[in-house]
Amino acid sequence: MATILEESGFNPDADLKVVGTNPVKHDGLDKVLGRAKFGADVYLPGMLYGKIVRSPHAHAKIKSIDISEAKKLPGVKAVITGADFPEIPQGSGWGDMSRTTIAREKVLFDGHPVAAIAAISEQVAKRACKLIKVEYDVLPHVIEVEDAIAKDAPILHDYMRTKGDEDAPDVPTNICEKMVSKIGDIDSGFASADFIVENDFDSKPMHQGYIEPQGCIADYSQDGLVELWTCTQAPFVYRDRLSAILKIDAAKINVQQSELGGGFGGKTGFYAEPLAIVLSKKASAPVKMTLTRTEVFRGTGPVSGTKSRIKMGCKRNGKIVAAEAELYFQTGPYTGSMYFNAPNAMFTRYDLPNIYIEAYEVVSNRPKVNSFRAPCVPQIVFGVEGLIDDMAKKVGMDPIDFRLKNAATEGHTTIYGDTWGPVGFVETLEAAKTTEHYRTPIKSGEGRGISCGFWFNRGGETASTMTLAPDGTVTISTGTADVAGSRISIAMMAAEELGIDVDKVRVKMSDTNSLGFNRVTAGSRTTFSVGMVVVDNARKCIGELCRRAANEWGVAEEEVKFENGEVKPASSNVGDFAPMSIGDITSKTTMTDGAIVSSSSMNVTGAGPGFGVHIVDVKVDEGTGRVDVLRWTVIQDAGKAIHPLQVEGQLQGAAIQGMGWALNEEYIYTQEGQLDNPGFLDYRMPVASDVPMVDCKIVEVPNPLHPFGLRGVGEVPVVPTMAAVGNAITAAIGIRPTSLPMSPPKLLDLIEKRDTLYP
Amino acid sequence: MAKAHVTTTVNGDEYEFLCEPQQSLVNVLRDELRLSGTKEGCSTGDCGACSVMMDDRLVCSCLVLAVETEGKHIETIEGMGTAENLHPLQRRFLEINGLQCGICTPGILVAAKALLKKNPNPTETEIRFWLAGNLCRCTGYDKIIRSVQAAAEDLRKDKSNGNHS
Ligand code: FES
Ligand code: FES
Repeated sequence: MATILEESGFNPDADLKVVGTNPVKHDGLDKVLGRAKFGADVYLPGMLYGKIVRSPHAHAKIKSIDISEAKKLPGVKAVITGADFPEIPQGSGWGDMSRTTIAREKVLFDGHPVAAIAAISEQVAKRACKLIKVEYDVLPHVIEVEDAIAKDAPILHDYMRTKGDEDAPDVPTNICEKMVSKIGDIDSGFASADFIVENDFDSKPMHQGYIEPQGCIADYSQDGLVELWTCTQAPFVYRDRLSAILKIDAAKINVQQSELGGGFGGKTGFYAEPLAIVLSKKASAPVKMTLTRTEVFRGTGPVSGTKSRIKMGCKRNGKIVAAEAELYFQTGPYTGSMYFNAPNAMFTRYDLPNIYIEAYEVVSNRPKVNSFRAPCVPQIVFGVEGLIDDMAKKVGMDPIDFRLKNAATEGHTTIYGDTWGPVGFVETLEAAKTTEHYRTPIKSGEGRGISCGFWFNRGGETASTMTLAPDGTVTISTGTADVAGSRISIAMMAAEELGIDVDKVRVKMSDTNSLGFNRVTAGSRTTFSVGMVVVDNARKCIGELCRRAANEWGVAEEEVKFENGEVKPASSNVGDFAPMSIGDITSKTTMTDGAIVSSSSMNVTGAGPGFGVHIVDVKVDEGTGRVDVLRWTVIQDAGKAIHPLQVEGQLQGAAIQGMGWALNEEYIYTQEGQLDNPGFLDYRMPVASDVPMVDCKIVEVPNPLHPFGLRGVGEVPVVPTMAAVGNAITAAIGIRPTSLPMSPPKLLDLIEKRDTLYP
Repeated sequence: MAKAHVTTTVNGDEYEFLCEPQQSLVNVLRDELRLSGTKEGCSTGDCGACSVMMDDRLVCSCLVLAVETEGKHIETIEGMGTAENLHPLQRRFLEINGLQCGICTPGILVAAKALLKKNPNPTETEIRFWLAGNLCRCTGYDKIIRSVQAAAEDLRKDKSNGNHS
């Protein structure tokens, strides 16, 4: 079967008019003027303010909740607790989701919501929160993975047994799932190795750190319709989940996404939204809820902290022959960490004959984790790419050459069973070698690190509509979210296909009532998948434009063609007709068959794997353990960069997020299981003065299953980051850090250890 | 609780409002005056999303009490430019892609404008340290710094061409 690229005659070197340029994004103007409306920026008549009462305990039975005093406070319009939510059994997916929103039997983490209030002002709502009396029976808690899996650990759920582990005894456990993945025969693999490297690694949870705290406004009308305005990466998923846990028909819930002030995966699941809806129903008024930063840290999903042991072996010639891993992932109080991404992605990009991986997902008294760019992968790749560097050193090879020697290429069959088409890993590594950065020798006292990453990239359910206005301009409605500029990329692809100026196209983020289901905007799927449906929209509209023109000219449809935004006779034999622009045809729809619209809905497949290489230079102050990142270059295969500046932005942003995760960011808990650093002062994200410019080199190995050849770009660039920094630090100080974040106290300990080991 | 009556000037217009004594300026700007261009990312002075000018001084409006603004002159992002008459910073942020999600952008623009007023020719390091109080999680700061550099150059050129606006 011909690929879509062959069908469309795609030629990456052809003179694309729009794709590959950098127009100003259409949503940009409102954003620099302060007019863009984010989650917290909408105000409705009669609106109330909602606030949440949260548990101060990590693990406790709720004995009673007394809301009577709060209800009496003037200005309070509604008070709700878990009892106001439909009963759904514990241990089921919906039951867990409902209980993450608001606790029932027990509170399971510091910050777990137990009640919520709607009042006429934020100040009154805050005062009312203090009047709610909750009686707790405090239970022993557990925070770290090793404590949660220890014998006699406090158990979070009596009903929990390990899914995927037939040998597990029938007793309660904190291990929710086990997954085993393998290729070949691991024992004979290691038996044939000349060098074996092995280490234990660990990482702490970090937070997505979006600057916009969650904000929403819910309006439950008297006739049972719900209007929800919220900042989300997943309006349709929110609708369907709200429908399930609140037992309201999906058709009666309309979710309209706001501008999104950052998500990075953290806004793929809701928090305050169900509470706002129930409050609105009870108070019979719109309810606005915005989380404080403290609530964002305590109550919304960080990423999984991990523990792992990884072992790899290679031949003297640099060929890797075996890789083994045992991985543990925190998930918070309920399953759902997407830990399975790690075994599927950790070694994928190398062609390894023998692999054995055991992965475990573990509950503990922490907030429920949420997605973050390439969920569960970067913190494990930290270990893998560290060991790869150790092996390269042992065999005496350049780190890029060592990776090239093992790089997977077209036709590779992965551990998850896919066989790849054209992929650009080798090209990306080769491009890294030619960068000015890599060719410039490192100064003495500094360290340079290399690391690589892979991400599957995703497709999935995607729907859109295209409407041609009488003047020939085009509106597109999409149901995905715009997390950082996808609207302009979508408009560009449509403009390219329609042969018109990108300014004649506008993309609107639709509400859920107006469009078919769209999967969450995550997994680097959006520009790819929406590109597919929008090109389909455009081709359908072009077909209709041709039909109308042929009718007008009284010729057969095959006798006209669409070229550069115009319908014209297919050849001079057809007749002497002046070409008609889109507007020439759409201005006459009153006389023809009505407006030209097209709708497209697909379960998109064909996402092309993405690869990146990062090069990082650091300097470590051996007196304080402080790391200065001096230079950073990202090389990545984008398939085709639709809007190169936006692609660069993705690469640069991911690099610096990974730098924070590598050096500073972590969740710190007190002995009592309370989060000790729920603010930006103590949870230290990189600021402008911490970081260098980030140079980018975009490689383009087209994905043959996309009309413009593109691959997703958002996840890949975070995958190699911590390993790149770790390898650079190792090069600088001569001993390998294995624990994230590589914060000054840890590096000082390591330097001391080095000095005793090798005085 | 008794509310205070405050009169203040925002972007050249006089406003009167009532507020509780503990209400922050960002809270009043947004919830009372409905000037929601100023963002609230942390309420503790750590993210800079709420940056505004108060009597020509750059402040975090989450750390200013609304009652303190009596008789003061406040400038917010809403007063910085219009679509037809963008400030060079706004223009350069658009062109260079100095914004991705855009939630940090109002605060960064206000802060950067304050920098360029004080120091029309800042080095990269000076820009980075001046903006160290403005968190951005999307961009990695690269294109923000480049946008500020480009706008600084525009403003310097404007000035040498005798345009002192
Ligand atoms: S909201 Fe004021 S500094 Fe963050
Ligand atoms: S552009 Fe999103 S936080 Fe700066």
